[in-house]
Amino acid sequence: MPTTTIDNHEIHVDDEGFMTQYDEWTEDLGTVLAAQIGIEMSDEHWKAIRFLRSDFPEHGETATLRRVATVGGIPTKQLFTLFPKKPAKKMAYVAGLPKPRGCV
Amino acid sequence: MKHLVILGGGTAGTMIANKLRHRLDRTEWRIAVVDRDDEHHYQPGYLFVPFGGYTHEQVVRSRHTFLPDGVDFVFGSVDEIDTGENVVRLDSGRALPYDQLVIATGSTPRPDQTPGMLGPEWRRSIFDFYTLEGAEALADALARFDGGRLVVHVTEMPIKCPVAPLEFTFLVEAWLRERGIRDQVELVFVTPLDGAFTKPVASAHLGGMLDERKVHVETDFLVERIDSERKVLVSYDDREVPFDLLVTVPLNMGADFVARSGLGDELNYVPVDKHTQLSTEFDNIFAIGDASDIPASKAGSVAHFSVEIFVDNFLQHIAGRPMTGAFDGHANCFVESGDDKALLIDFNYDTEPLTGKYPLPVVGPMDLLKETRANHLGKLAFRWIYWNVLLPGRPVPLPALMSMAGKHVPTTAPEKQEA
Repeated sequence: MPTTTIDNHEIHVDDEGFMTQYDEWTEDLGTVLAAQIGIEMSDEHWKAIRFLRSDFPEHGETATLRRVATVGGIPTKQLFTLFPKKPAKKMAYVAGLPKPRGCV
Repeated sequence: MKHLVILGGGTAGTMIANKLRHRLDRTEWRIAVVDRDDEHHYQPGYLFVPFGGYTHEQVVRSRHTFLPDGVDFVFGSVDEIDTGENVVRLDSGRALPYDQLVIATGSTPRPDQTPGMLGPEWRRSIFDFYTLEGAEALADALARFDGGRLVVHVTEMPIKCPVAPLEFTFLVEAWLRERGIRDQVELVFVTPLDGAFTKPVASAHLGGMLDERKVHVETDFLVERIDSERKVLVSYDDREVPFDLLVTVPLNMGADFVARSGLGDELNYVPVDKHTQLSTEFDNIFAIGDASDIPASKAGSVAHFSVEIFVDNFLQHIAGRPMTGAFDGHANCFVESGDDKALLIDFNYDTEPLTGKYPLPVVGPMDLLKETRANHLGKLAFRWIYWNVLLPGRPVPLPALMSMAGKHVPTTAPEKQEA
């Protein structure tokens, strides 16, 4: 599995750069990952990311936008404003979680 | 006398009734299967209906004929599960007490959940093929279709049979060529994911399949509404995809009574342990097949393999012993690719679809991730196996847990991700 060094931390990532080890993530790292994709973290951003982080261990899967909206309480339209163009992917990237899955 | 109540007489519910009736003492356990109708549909067959491949009679049979003697078939819609009293209440007012409950009510397309989908264009220029009525209406529409923009669209994941939208795209492309009107049709595949193929090995092997067929792929498209007046899909980020004929896969959801009973997640799927499928909240409720929230494909093969693991676990569970079986998310699916060929994929929670042979190493006879005629014939043969072997609960000579035998593991494949 490839590793990369971000902000002096060595982390495990997949071929597309998504982190693969849940415990290697920290909020500081999240800030750096967000900056890499042009996002400056605000409280609203953190609310979404913290929801994803807390939801993941329970479900073993990154929450969908619908789940973030209905359970996490952040409307889908707002997620598109906070993480423009590809909110599901961008949130997973910043939160250090697997990207939303397909099956093929 | 103890009561096992199974909600839903589909693939999982029927298999469970058949297998458990043979394993549970009749003097100790009564088994009831509840369903609101007596029509069991072979859902994989819907795919061929728009092209005149299967008739109504070939995909629908009577539910009760697949249930063994000693299982009560109860007609009725579930109003609510009273988890305090351990009772299932039906719309009719009838109450069914249970000692153990299995929720196997599947997943249902919900066009009502996307604004504009059920508008005046529904079944005029907007169709689904995940219902038999939808597939039949689409057959008529395709027969009349003589050119324009044909858009195949997935609303949101998860959906049952995640490969079916791709299969439909391949089949419709081949069908348009056969009719000699391919040049007059612009084909578009619209997905909420970041690609039509998202798993690395499958993408590497199959990524070109849509390009070769000149299908435009619109990725990361999350539909907010359908403007039926202008006939366009509108996304949350204000992109628009116009269509003349839209073949959509609506949002899929579990049964509403699951939500009413306080047992569901945001899509009415029942949260369960992904290895045993026991409810995370109740020690006497399981959810099997598409009704659960396990991160596996919502597919008949998953229902089948998970039931195999479930049956032994259930017997241990009611005997007060720990459940020793662990379902691994095993799925395998034939993927029709048009021109009488198909691919086969075999995968689980941790292993993505890989190339190789199935079920036996070297011998196969099926090829994984490769278009062959043998795979297509396998897909067609499966309908007979479904009705005659699988549903009656007879043994199918395929291992329930995924095997790595015959699979090529690429050295660069990402390792499994820790949950």
